[in-house]
Amino acid sequence: MRANRSRAALVALALAALLPGPATGEYGDVVLNRRSEAEGVRPVVFPHWFHRIRFRCKVCHSELGFRMRAGSNVVTMKEIADGKFCGMCHNGQVAWAADRCDLCHSGRAGLRSGIQGGHETLGPGHW
Amino acid sequence: MRARSAIVLVLAFAAALAWAQPDLRRWLPLARDGLHDPASPATRQLQEPREALSLLAPDTAGNQVRWVESLERGQIAPRSTIDPGTQVRVLDDEILLNLHGGTPIVRFPHRAHTLWLDCSNCHEEIFRSKAGANRLDMRKILQGEQCGVCHGAVAFPLTECGRCHSVPRARTGQGQAAARGATPAAPGAPGP
Repeated sequence: MRANRSRAALVALALAALLPGPATGEYGDVVLNRRSEAEGVRPVVFPHWFHRIRFRCKVCHSELGFRMRAGSNVVTMKEIADGKFCGMCHNGQVAWAADRCDLCHSGRAGLRSGIQGGHETLGPGHW
Repeated sequence: MRARSAIVLVLAFAAALAWAQPDLRRWLPLARDGLHDPASPATRQLQEPREALSLLAPDTAGNQVRWVESLERGQIAPRSTIDPGTQVRVLDDEILLNLHGGTPIVRFPHRAHTLWLDCSNCHEEIFRSKAGANRLDMRKILQGEQCGVCHGAVAFPLTECGRCHSVPRARTGQGQAAARGATPAAPGAPGP
């Protein structure tokens, strides 16, 4: 009886290990929600992995002027529409234009701004 | 007889597994990643991580991709500039750090870093360009300062100690002297 129970516990543990852990996006995803939800749109989920396949870090973090620390860039839609920051590429020529709101503003309600993706340290902790 | 054929079968299966080297990496679909709103049209239109990342050099941490290797093998060809007039700067030297600590010596490759980053991304705000001028502190790095601005956030995570602390240290003081002598950075080369 006891053997059965411990075997059942082992099986349950093994099954639990197979289930995905707490879902936190892909490593390096950045949630931007300083203004989004307050302005009535979904938070932005910015995927570093997608962008670095196409652009080296230096393009955004040097040419476009994004500072290297999460939370140190406050970007408004007006600036993007004026061709600054995301708007340097998201202009309908390099990438989709800023009128495709839903493609960037795609996060769940209530997300907190910051770097996501299951990094196992405190990461760039100062939002 | 039956036992022998069973053994042959198992061996054949193991050989096939070893030969095929199955990719065991898994990425969460966007609609179930806990960040994207499953009701958002984006989850049906954006590229899935698995679609892009499964083609790149495999790793066990972070995005499960060896990003520098992917770049060097030409699996990806990310642009270096938006403005054609921007100067692309790559520095090819290596700097040994942590010469007197207890953990293995750190070999910092400028090349791997400047393939991705511009000098100004690290200098002079995060690190001063002078050898010995930066007091690196693992506690700060773990809190997202110094190397931890990227490592632990977008570059390979801080669980991978041996990738930075990669130069074995001899046990005696002799070893430290040898390590200093082995510094491959050219004299006068900028520090980290």
